[in-house]
Amino acid sequence: MNAASALPTGDLSRGNAATDRAIRIAVKNLNFYYGSFHGLKNVNLNFYDRKVTALIGPSGCGKSTLLRCFNRIYSLYPEQRAEGEILLDGRNVLDSNVDLNELRSRIGMVFQKPTPFPMSIYDNVAFGLRLYEKLPKADLDVRVEESLRKSALWDEVKDKLKQAGTGLSGGQQQRLCIARTVAQKPEVILFDEPTSALDPISTGRIEELMEQLRDEFTIVIVTHNMQQAARISQYTAFMYLGELVEFGQTDKIFMNPNERKTQDYITGRFG
Amino acid sequence: MPALSQSIAIAETRSTPRRGPSRGLDAVFRTCSYAAALLVLLVLAGILGSILYGGWPVFREFGFGFLTSSAWNIGTEQYGALVAVIGTLASAVIALLIGVPVSLGIAIFLTQLCPGWARKPVAMTIELLAAVPSIIYGMWGLFIFAPIFARFVQIPLSNLVEGLPVVGTLLYARVPSGVGIFTAGIILAIMIVPFIASIARDMLDQIPTVLRESAYGIGCTTWEVVRHVLVPQAAVSIIGAIMLGLGRALGETMAVTFVVGNANRLSASIFDPSSTIASRIANEFNEADGLQLNALMALGCILFVITFIVLIVARLLTRRVRAA
Amino acid sequence: MDATNPLVTTPSPLRASRVRPGRRVADRALRISCLVATVVGAVVLGSILLMLIVEGIRGLSPTLFTQPTPGPGSEGGGIANAILGSLVLTTIGIVVATPVGVMAGTYLAEYGRGSKLADIIRFLNDVLLSAPSILIGLFVYTLMVRPMGTYSGWAGGVALAIIAVPVIVRTTEDMLRLVPGTLREAGAALGAPPSKVITSVTWRAASSGIVTGIILALARIAGETAPLLFTALNNNSWFSPNLMGGVANLPVMIYQFALSPYPNWQGLAWAGALLITTTILALSIIARLVIKPQNAR
Repeated sequence: MNAASALPTGDLSRGNAATDRAIRIAVKNLNFYYGSFHGLKNVNLNFYDRKVTALIGPSGCGKSTLLRCFNRIYSLYPEQRAEGEILLDGRNVLDSNVDLNELRSRIGMVFQKPTPFPMSIYDNVAFGLRLYEKLPKADLDVRVEESLRKSALWDEVKDKLKQAGTGLSGGQQQRLCIARTVAQKPEVILFDEPTSALDPISTGRIEELMEQLRDEFTIVIVTHNMQQAARISQYTAFMYLGELVEFGQTDKIFMNPNERKTQDYITGRFG
Repeated sequence: MPALSQSIAIAETRSTPRRGPSRGLDAVFRTCSYAAALLVLLVLAGILGSILYGGWPVFREFGFGFLTSSAWNIGTEQYGALVAVIGTLASAVIALLIGVPVSLGIAIFLTQLCPGWARKPVAMTIELLAAVPSIIYGMWGLFIFAPIFARFVQIPLSNLVEGLPVVGTLLYARVPSGVGIFTAGIILAIMIVPFIASIARDMLDQIPTVLRESAYGIGCTTWEVVRHVLVPQAAVSIIGAIMLGLGRALGETMAVTFVVGNANRLSASIFDPSSTIASRIANEFNEADGLQLNALMALGCILFVITFIVLIVARLLTRRVRAA
Repeated sequence: MDATNPLVTTPSPLRASRVRPGRRVADRALRISCLVATVVGAVVLGSILLMLIVEGIRGLSPTLFTQPTPGPGSEGGGIANAILGSLVLTTIGIVVATPVGVMAGTYLAEYGRGSKLADIIRFLNDVLLSAPSILIGLFVYTLMVRPMGTYSGWAGGVALAIIAVPVIVRTTEDMLRLVPGTLREAGAALGAPPSKVITSVTWRAASSGIVTGIILALARIAGETAPLLFTALNNNSWFSPNLMGGVANLPVMIYQFALSPYPNWQGLAWAGALLITTTILALSIIARLVIKPQNAR
């Protein structure tokens, strides 16, 4: 039983039919340091194509840190570094010769607080598109509309595309950020507690949205809210003090976890 | 690992190569910003270098004696910095003696005593004082303040103290024209008040309200709260602000040039006309030539050293607090 | 300690008298002297403005804005050449200083985090911010006037630029630091290179603050006199189009005319003083209005 949780990756990928379990991201022996603080300890984990994987655990357990490794956003801060391997479609994103900008255009990220740029709604969505694709205006319009539709915002903003993105409500801003990310057609979307700053109604809409996005994208979500993890994810990883405690199908983790610690956290005994 | 190889296959079909924005532009932008920042260093080095270069012949000619000599004779080419240095220091000290209490008074008034509706306009008025160009202060000092000061302070006071020991020399005006070191000090005080007051006000505002409330809570009067709670809390940064004001007072040129009298005379009376380093440079530089020009540059060096020491200490004091 | 029990709130005359009179006197003295200090500050500003208005209006004449400054002792004339010269000098100053200041501030806020060099530059920039402007005049004199053999508007503009740069560096850095880090992360997460994130996200988010800094720098250099004495000097006629030779400007004109024995010149100096102070105070007020919406957000 303990062997299974220590090496969950091999167990799961070997034990199932490959078709719906294609591995999108494979994390191998990942260690992460904030200066001298050891933030992630030897993490091994797989993320499956077009599935939602939730990362749960108490504050400071390293779940956000893990998320920030995939697109190497941590490298904005010189004192932070990661060691090990993160294979995105077989290529190690931690290699020093990886083009970070290109990597980040393949792996989108949505943050805890909505981060609309100080520009119009249209320009917000077109921002990432313009970076990587030289599109004629008409095509750009189509892509912007498509992205706003996908993020369920189109009907609310179609008459005010030229207005500032910062003027929208919190939930709308967050969907705008999702639209901005979706527009780039990334392969993976990372959500870092995307609803923790939102009211319940907005939260519900974002969750519905993720359900739809799953058809197209591989999704990793960090969340504090265990009901949310149970509702929207197919896989769940429980982390504690920088280590991966347990990984498995969400139902299994929530109904019948292998580890005592997972059980304690899920039943609210600590965290 | 069958699953892994399959995912690679997926990746190959799905990802199209993406051409990112050019990296060259990014590097150019970074280099430009780096160069601009270095330019700040370069300017400072240039200022020091140019006045050292200009003043060098004088330092070589007179050596340390340049600092201790009070001569300033263009005919005989004898130059010394003493009068200007003393004038600079004396006017700055007078400015602090008058300006600091007033600044702190304003800061305390604005943060502790002022009714809410008046706070903004009063603060704005004080801050606008800082924006008034120094030449305007000079004109105000010479045309408005000096005549009033001569008539209502200098003349009565001179009559009063004439012949008395110590005060008889210190406060006696040979020519009660209203201009002199003391007037320069007053104008400088007026000019540094807005600076010190606004920094001190910011610092007092930053002190947590809880601290203030708990002091009032045990029955302290406003004076006691200020004296024992607020001032000690903000002391270091207030001293930094005062040093900043001092740095300004030492280097201020135009206002002082109007009211200091521009005489090269060492006098024991604070009402007598004299010079400061900056006023002498402003007065003589355009007509100067040869060694006189070098002597003015050398005065500039001394001003550089004095003000930069003061400003560095000031910035260290205000910074340490900001970091904490 | 025993004299005051904070818990006793009964308004008994006996108890009230327990507060030592010394404490009351000290408190009253503090309140009064603080009020006096503030009133003195306001009175000084008021008397400066009053002086400017009274004397300045007396110096106004129909030819003020159309004619150049007259020769010594002669009547009539205006200050049109000095106004135009000041506009040219401050424009050169701001046009040179803005890109340098904004880029240097950007380096300090965006690239130089945690770098020792950036710490040193930030510190020395703060020092330069309050450095005596007359020393900057001496520097530019050595750098430009001496080698070129003549005073020039270019030298004056550069001297003003050197005064403006630290102001712009400081405000730009401060304002960029107020931009939340998540906004930068969001830009980077879309695959935008740092320069793109800075130019289209952080600069935009801080734009009103940066503009405020530029306006404040403008207000600062518009009235600077000392550094112009040795660089642009002054001139009683229109300046030559290549800006070589002395260039008339308001501050030096005010300085020379105010201290002259000619009533006509003195009148023009007052008119110039009124004009320049009004402009600068207006700029300072505008700068505060620009920054307000950002604070409210």
